[in-house]
Amino acid sequence: MSEVTISAADIPVAGPGTLREFWLTYTQSRGAVIGLALIVVLIVLAIGANVIAPYSPNEQFRDFTLAPPAWHDGGSVRFLLGTDPVGRDILSRLIHGARLSLLIGLISVAISLSLGVVLGLVAGYFRGLVETTIMRLMDVMLALPSLLLAIAVVAILGPGLINAMYAIAIVLLPHYVRLTRAAVIAEAAKEYVASSRIAGAGPLRLMFSTILPNCAAPLIVQATLGFSNAILDAAALGFLGLGAQPPTPEWGSMLADALEFIQRASWVVTFPGLAILVTVLAFNLMGDGLRDALDPKLKR
Amino acid sequence: MLAFIIRRILQSFAVMAVVAFIAFALFNFTGDPVTFMVGQDATQEERARLRSDLGLDLPFYVQFGRFVGRAIQGDFGLSLRQGRKVSTLLKERLPATLELAFVAAVLALVLGVPAGVYTALRRDSWLSQLLLAISLIGVSLPTFLIGILLILVFAVVLGWLPSFGRGDTVALGWWTTGFLTKSGLKALILPAITLSLFQMTLIMRLVRAEMLEVLRTDYIKFARARGLTDRTVHFGHALKNTLVPVITITGLQLGAIIAFAIITETVFQWPGMGLLFIQAVSFADVPVMAAYLCFIALVFVLINLIVDLLYYAVDPRLRIERLAAAQ
Repeated sequence: MSEVTISAADIPVAGPGTLREFWLTYTQSRGAVIGLALIVVLIVLAIGANVIAPYSPNEQFRDFTLAPPAWHDGGSVRFLLGTDPVGRDILSRLIHGARLSLLIGLISVAISLSLGVVLGLVAGYFRGLVETTIMRLMDVMLALPSLLLAIAVVAILGPGLINAMYAIAIVLLPHYVRLTRAAVIAEAAKEYVASSRIAGAGPLRLMFSTILPNCAAPLIVQATLGFSNAILDAAALGFLGLGAQPPTPEWGSMLADALEFIQRASWVVTFPGLAILVTVLAFNLMGDGLRDALDPKLKR
Repeated sequence: MLAFIIRRILQSFAVMAVVAFIAFALFNFTGDPVTFMVGQDATQEERARLRSDLGLDLPFYVQFGRFVGRAIQGDFGLSLRQGRKVSTLLKERLPATLELAFVAAVLALVLGVPAGVYTALRRDSWLSQLLLAISLIGVSLPTFLIGILLILVFAVVLGWLPSFGRGDTVALGWWTTGFLTKSGLKALILPAITLSLFQMTLIMRLVRAEMLEVLRTDYIKFARARGLTDRTVHFGHALKNTLVPVITITGLQLGAIIAFAIITETVFQWPGMGLLFIQAVSFADVPVMAAYLCFIALVFVLINLIVDLLYYAVDPRLRIERLAAAQ
């Protein structure tokens, strides 16, 4: 028996060659590399927000309300991107907002990915009544416009950043469930699963350690795109006043607060908007790049 | 065929039941209405009497049944904030939202389909590259940001168009329309573009992908081999076959447009149902919220149902597949 285990472990399942090949394919697309670079910058900003940001996001400079950006007439280097209606430094708020946005994306995707994978695995592995129940429920959730569902959930739970994350996680859930189930059904019919079962693996081992790693590619892609969806939805909820509450420096709620000053000070609107655009674009580019690199069917 | 229709209708009922349940849950999650209605010094007996008058002492499922029964008749009670019947409030706001959604949908189709066809046929031209780049940005921009940027450019900087409201409206019976006045039409332009931009990019990408798929098939090769002109091949054979999925998605997106109007209406202070809903959410005006959720879900479910049945009628392949599966 021991000989068998050793020789099985010796077979390189995913050697360095696979990783290098993946990296080569990924870097072939210029957009994907730009996306990745932007995300790295965002992560650095988010982690180091306390050190990098020149001021605290909530510090109010009463003498400098609505100060224009540095390159405008009357702007100063003290506030590079200007200040908002109550005199808070916009650059500092944006940097702290990056931390919030990435956190929102991370938490809502983590919740819905883990829940979705478990539900999808159970549905795809056990089939029958369990599958029908789970999938019909997901159909009902998909039958409603995502934004409406999110707003309904927030309306029930009450406005707030945490509840907005739950709402977004619920909205994203059906996609992961469907994806996992489809992949599991396809994989479960293959011979390596049968051989593992004959070798005596229990259902839990079969589901999580035999089948799941082979369904990972589409899930990774969907999770990346889910990140951008989560950030967009959180910004929309924040804008509607249902997500992060003031004075939290969340990009969407910053925009909502600034809307009435658009006539006098366009920078209070353009910079948070630009931050959302760049972040979402970066995740979309990276998702596209990952899909091309991970999915051999789409390689042309 | 009959079994398919019946199954789809049952599914629609299931969706409506879940939505009704969510709407009903809203009432129970936002606190005890009796506390709001009686004074501080009401006795225990008075509270109990009011509770039984309102039917709040009944078991949960009976209350839910009553709620559904009244909702089917369109009765959602009185708005807590405005003290008027919720159904009247919604009816007043309905024309504004529907006109906006209609114009946005037409705009998305009229611009999205040609752009998709063009980018599929002339894959390497600079205009195609530009359109694709714009569409990627369009997908990454949140709706409210597009609206704000449009206000910034066309209302603040250029001063051509109004930044909020619906302009003057003309009443036709209970329907108020903004199509007939100049200010109404001007006020419609920015919100309609805002609402349609996302759908436009979606339709464009879809048409492009489908068209590229179809252009690779054998029957297109044979059509070329027969010596047909490019125009006949592209528009007579290829486009016709791409339109079936496009019609489906567009139909489904119509419901999404009405739902996403919430954001556009908030940005432009457009007096539609979405704005009413958002105001209701911030004031915890539960009857209005519940009525809006149920109404939008009903519209969405009906559109889905019609599109599915149309799809079935239009595409003969589906019927054959189902027949084969049945045997």
